[in-house]
Amino acid sequence: MVGLNQLVLVCLAYVVFLFGIAFLAERAARQGRGARFLRSPVVYTLSLSIYCTAWTFYGAVGYAARSGLEYLTIYLGPSLVMIGWWWILRRLVSIGRSQRVTSIADLISARYGKSNVLAIVVTVMAVIGVTPYIALQLQSVVLSLSIFAAPDLRGTDADSTFNAVSAAFWVATGLALFTVLFGTRNLNVHERHHGIVIAVAVEAVVKLIALLAVGVFVVWGLAGGVGETLARIDASPIGAWDMQGSRWITLTMLSAAAFLCLPRMFQVMVVENDEESHLGIASWAFPAYLMLISLFVMPIAVVGLDLLPAGSNPDLFVLSLPLSQNQNGLAMLSFLGGFSSATSMVIVATLALSTMVSNHVVMPVWLAMRREGATQSGDVRNVVILARRVSILFIIALGFFYYRASGGSGALAAIGTISFGGVAQFLPVLLGGIFWRGATRSGALAGLAVGFTLWVFTMLLPGLGPGVVLSQPVFDNGLFGLGLLRPQALFGIEGVDPTVHAALWSLSLNSFAFVLVSLLTFPAPVERLQGAQFVNVVDHTGANRVWTASLAGSEDLMIMTQRILGAEDAQAFFRSMARTQGVQGHLPEPTPEFIQALERELAGSVGAATAHAMVSQIVGGTSVSVQDLLAVADESAELLEYSSQLEQKSRELALTAGQLRRANEKLTQLSLQKDAFLSQISHELRTPMTSIRSFSEILRDADSLSETEKNRYASIIHSETLRLTRLLNDLLDLSVLENGQVSLHLTQAPLDEVLQRAVTTALAGQEGKLWVDISHENPDVMLSTDLDRLVQVFINLITNAQKYCLSDDPQLRISAAMTAQGLTIDFKDNGAGIAADEQAVIFEKFYRVSGSQGEGAGLGLAICQEIMARLGGGISYLPDSGGAVFRVSLPPEASVAQQGPAVLAAQK
Amino acid sequence: MGKQPVAKRPVFLERKSYRARRMMDAVRLLPFLGLALWMAPLMWPLPDPQGQGGIAMSTALMYLFGVWCGLAILGWVLWRHTRPSDSKRDAED
Repeated sequence: MVGLNQLVLVCLAYVVFLFGIAFLAERAARQGRGARFLRSPVVYTLSLSIYCTAWTFYGAVGYAARSGLEYLTIYLGPSLVMIGWWWILRRLVSIGRSQRVTSIADLISARYGKSNVLAIVVTVMAVIGVTPYIALQLQSVVLSLSIFAAPDLRGTDADSTFNAVSAAFWVATGLALFTVLFGTRNLNVHERHHGIVIAVAVEAVVKLIALLAVGVFVVWGLAGGVGETLARIDASPIGAWDMQGSRWITLTMLSAAAFLCLPRMFQVMVVENDEESHLGIASWAFPAYLMLISLFVMPIAVVGLDLLPAGSNPDLFVLSLPLSQNQNGLAMLSFLGGFSSATSMVIVATLALSTMVSNHVVMPVWLAMRREGATQSGDVRNVVILARRVSILFIIALGFFYYRASGGSGALAAIGTISFGGVAQFLPVLLGGIFWRGATRSGALAGLAVGFTLWVFTMLLPGLGPGVVLSQPVFDNGLFGLGLLRPQALFGIEGVDPTVHAALWSLSLNSFAFVLVSLLTFPAPVERLQGAQFVNVVDHTGANRVWTASLAGSEDLMIMTQRILGAEDAQAFFRSMARTQGVQGHLPEPTPEFIQALERELAGSVGAATAHAMVSQIVGGTSVSVQDLLAVADESAELLEYSSQLEQKSRELALTAGQLRRANEKLTQLSLQKDAFLSQISHELRTPMTSIRSFSEILRDADSLSETEKNRYASIIHSETLRLTRLLNDLLDLSVLENGQVSLHLTQAPLDEVLQRAVTTALAGQEGKLWVDISHENPDVMLSTDLDRLVQVFINLITNAQKYCLSDDPQLRISAAMTAQGLTIDFKDNGAGIAADEQAVIFEKFYRVSGSQGEGAGLGLAICQEIMARLGGGISYLPDSGGAVFRVSLPPEASVAQQGPAVLAAQK
Repeated sequence: MGKQPVAKRPVFLERKSYRARRMMDAVRLLPFLGLALWMAPLMWPLPDPQGQGGIAMSTALMYLFGVWCGLAILGWVLWRHTRPSDSKRDAED
């Protein structure tokens, strides 16, 4: 028989050994050595064996002794999940890596829009669900200790020197110490807890070897071989397949769900995962591990039932069988195996829960209490670590008090199943979150609330037994006396196994509420964004949020990061980011990419929601939501429109500027023209004035002038005065026409008559040298216009022909024709015509054809042009027609056929 | 998938990538096979109230653990044939 003190010594030695291993692994990881081993798939697979707790090590045998093969369901579910890694675990691990998830609460909160409420709910539920489980571990360690103290191997009548509660206390203290030491060493969860993972892996090997050793001893040492063992099994009270189908299915599913949802499993499976490829190996290696660990459970149970006295606690057969055969070494190994199972579970579960509690409960509260922000005061890093340590102590204390309160009673299996049922409530929300984009935060909250309430009412409280919380009448008659609300016969459906009943109702109504509320509610923008990221995680992993970081000073971020990650890590991170950006020095530009990377880095330490809150404090709370993005898109669309408007305006401006420039050129030209006109006109005026003055002076001063001479000089003065008058008349006429002050006197006359009048007037008093021929296609055309002005134009043209046609036999042909554009009248002489370079300027004022004689001032054609413009027609020179040809055109309304006076009348 | 024209790709490689895809299909379907096999005992007869008849516990044990071993070995074989390094090495051959 091994003494208790001896056992405690061995225990302490084993713990020191574990400490040593964990310490070495931490040191190796820090120095970058042994990464191949520390991050090998073997270690990953072994760390998964955290699933096999003391419940497996001791409880499975007890379970088998009580209920036959049912204990297997607890391992079949996880095996199926691992074998089906491609479906769920692959996604979870991808999400965990891309979103830097720190716990299952973090994952669920991140998926549903980084909701802290959801994180708190999940955390509280996890703590409530897992606390009995931790108590269970303490209970099993204390039980196993007590059996060494108890003389009768029944584990019921403990030695009076053995104080179970104080033993539990010391075990709890030791575990808390270990977890605090190795679990809160480094803050960033993504640096992995190498020490703990290695310790867990070692313990996985120890418990497997211990159980296999006991199994081998039982089968070959006690039963006498495989055949005999099988025969014994068949002959035992549990010798036939006697299984309720509903329990078989339900427990398998429940364990599969718990495997995914247990915080500690999530920790080792997703958070501590180094490479996704490890999953592929674990997918067959872990089922094999589970198979080996449950292989000898049935033989041990059967042989224990056979050999040990009736009334022995079957939960302790693994220990009591070797002890009864005086195999003290084996018993010691077995004890260490059980101790390993319990401690590794407590350490990892506490670590996972403390991360959740500190990230989702303590940190938000702390941040809310210090509104001024993380940069102002205090060392966040210390606060986080302190929060985590306090959380660890709190959770272990909770487990201890639960153990004390429950008095260490009840079969291990029952407590385990209740715990499984609690955490399984996360499953609908978890699966919905990674497969269904329509899942919303409200739906998740509703599902969790319904599922959790039902679990408490149908599983947790009844599990404590009648009279503890729920009284016997409640069991019999239902809550508030309502028959529909009986905890083990909900809605009046009786006769179902309590576990199946609870699991069925809680999970189905949980899923129903989750789906229904999700369908009815509309997710917030961040939720939709995260939902798309989570569901499509395998297809792509992209940026999830954009910070507008222009306001965030890199320095402020640096100060905050230092306080969370520690100065060294923060500086290394900033330096590497600066290097990637190609920035000199150690402060990177606060680009959105950098801020996002920083937030993820921080999320690894304090959780997504808290990291988000902290970064937003510094950046000024300007995280861009989808709504903001939409607003920005709208704004940029407006800007685009505005800029196109600007562009158009600037085009218009350029156009106007061009017009102005042209107008200015024209003005300059006009000014030059005016100057030219003035000098021209003064010249034109001076010439006659000069001769008038000279001749009038002669007349005044000369005494001896003959009458003839006097007469001649007076005639010259007279003619010059006439010329002056004519010139001034012309100028006045032109000025009136140009200013548009002229009023037209519309009269009617046939074209022929008008032309005759013009010819007659023009040729009157002249030597009848010019022969004029008038021909027109339609002699009946009536003209309706200012005829006096038109005649003036005609006279001018005829006079010009008279003056400038230098032919020996000057002829002028006047021909009129009706066209679609109106009436055209051509004046064609048989002279030399006008030189090409002069054609463009003959209509200018004061322009006279070079080499011409005569007294014209050069205003005639200019006046003609103005008149025709007033009349709505025009006058032009037709080049290359043999002689000078001027065409006068009149608008259609000015000429009406004879037969159409009615139309004319109607127009008036 | 396997629809590239034969002329463009050697028949050998085509067959190989086709095989790899079917292997992944097998990986995906394996849990359903396991579930079906492990739920099969639900169809077994239960012993009568006197404890007579039914399936012997040893048979049940051997069946369930046999399936377990089979699944683990099958998982290992499939992993051997689908791991990325393996296919890379094969592609170089």
